[in-house]
Amino acid sequence: MTNIVELMGVEKRYQGVQALKPLDLVLQQGEVLGLFGHNGAGKTTTIKLILGLIKASAGSVRVFGQDPTLSESRRTRYQLGFLQENVSFYEQLTGFEVLRYFARLKGIQTSECHRLLEQVGLKAAAARRVKTYSKGMRQRLGLAQALLGNPKLLLLDEPTVGLDPLATQDFYHRIAQLKEQGCTVVLCSHVLPGVEKYIDRALIMGKGAVLAQGSLDMLRLQAELPLTLNVKGSGLNIPEGLHSRATVLADGVSLTLSLQEKMPVMQHMLAQGGVTDIDLHLPSLEDLYTHYTRACVGHEMEGVL
Amino acid sequence: MTPIVSVAAKEFRDGLRNRWVLSIAVIFAVLAIGLAYFGSAAAGQVGFTSLSTTIISLASLAVFIIPLIALMLAYDGIVGEDESGTLLLLLTYPLSRWQLLCGKMLGHGAIMAFSTLLGFGSAALIMGLFAPDIGWSEMLIPFMLFIVSAILLGWIFIAFAYVISVSVTEKSKAAGLALIVWFLFVLVFDLGLLGVLVGTQGDVDAELFPYLLLLNPTDIFRLVNITYFADQQLSGLMAIAEHVQLSTTSLMASLLVWLAIPVLLALVLFNRRAL
Repeated sequence: MTNIVELMGVEKRYQGVQALKPLDLVLQQGEVLGLFGHNGAGKTTTIKLILGLIKASAGSVRVFGQDPTLSESRRTRYQLGFLQENVSFYEQLTGFEVLRYFARLKGIQTSECHRLLEQVGLKAAAARRVKTYSKGMRQRLGLAQALLGNPKLLLLDEPTVGLDPLATQDFYHRIAQLKEQGCTVVLCSHVLPGVEKYIDRALIMGKGAVLAQGSLDMLRLQAELPLTLNVKGSGLNIPEGLHSRATVLADGVSLTLSLQEKMPVMQHMLAQGGVTDIDLHLPSLEDLYTHYTRACVGHEMEGVL
Repeated sequence: MTPIVSVAAKEFRDGLRNRWVLSIAVIFAVLAIGLAYFGSAAAGQVGFTSLSTTIISLASLAVFIIPLIALMLAYDGIVGEDESGTLLLLLTYPLSRWQLLCGKMLGHGAIMAFSTLLGFGSAALIMGLFAPDIGWSEMLIPFMLFIVSAILLGWIFIAFAYVISVSVTEKSKAAGLALIVWFLFVLVFDLGLLGVLVGTQGDVDAELFPYLLLLNPTDIFRLVNITYFADQQLSGLMAIAEHVQLSTTSLMASLLVWLAIPVLLALVLFNRRAL
């Protein structure tokens, strides 16, 4: 496996302000990373460093094995796709003209523009000026732009903002396809609804530092967040020692459990006769995100006090 | 296509789309024909005036309006793309900063050149067809000189606009600075020079003084067009220049120097611009 992106001890300071504390990040071919954090958490700085738009104050950045800020590595940009947040394209041009402009700069045939516009569902609006586009259509145009020339590395900042649920679904399918073709993807967001299934790893940032990094399973284990087990039925017998963590509902009971307790408690409950329904809530990405970022804010509070 | 041509072509298309080309051409044509036809209205006549009167009054009006149009056209060239986010995006594409900037300046330069040619060219055509006393052959050289120098003047101020555009981070600030640049070059400089002349009661080096006019591209533009009709009675600041014989070629060359300076400055500043 090749390392597409390699950040080693990378730091970034802007006029004395530490925007990014030492960060190590390795992305391999075909990996999908979710980069999460509040505004000012260091997401955009990380993305800009990978794109070679800014120079790291310390540490080394390698993209496709080269320092992206050097002019010799301009060739690697043919393999790069990027879409940042809140980009507004040239209003006076039509959607097709905008895409053709970017395609020309990347040395890509016009025929691919038609194909991509069709793929993102803008075929009917291709000849209309961008100023008549809705927010979702602009976002789709931006995505088409990022997908020009089958990039090997795709960096997307808030890619699903303004997309309706159907388009969001389409977008994730497209990401999954690209991943299969060996494309490395970085999805950058506050929290993306429904993104869990599609990312291999998550990187949660806060105040320029890494708060957590790893697969979602790993993060769940580390966070030790409780899961919720809802059991419906009558005459239920709550296991010993769980009474304090149980809420009795009209038609059953809701239990708060640790990961280790999951299987024994489920077996205990199912062994009883009266169970009619059972469902299990694992901590979601949103729960994990809240957990890790709250810890970050918590430290800050301690510092103040 | 090289990236420079792609950027320039897109910029030109934008100029056609948002009616810049049309507006500039119409303004120039109306200005030229109006001056040619009503130029002697003050003297109680209506009808086409002589070629020299037309060109000289055209030059003294165009000197106000061309810089203004050029600055308005290009002041948001870079800062506008920065505000809409496309600058960041373009810099992740396989083109370098100087290619992007050159492409944009080339595009705006083409808009200026095309509409100047269209506007003043059509005015020249109408004069040639309808003015009884003006022949084609006597018109050709002065009008060509006028159009070429007008295009150069436009390019110089487009380059000024880019110097402003690459050094600020807000569009509104760029607009303000553009206005100040216009005010300084078009109004303040001449007033200052006249002030010095009057204040010292003409006691300045008569040899040196006319060369001070070379410090302002708008004055060079006027000189180019006025010195062609050297027999004309000149008034104001331009009268000073009568003493010096600056050839049309050297005046044009100094316009080119005035073009090169801000272009290079914009390139240097853009390379340093932080994102």
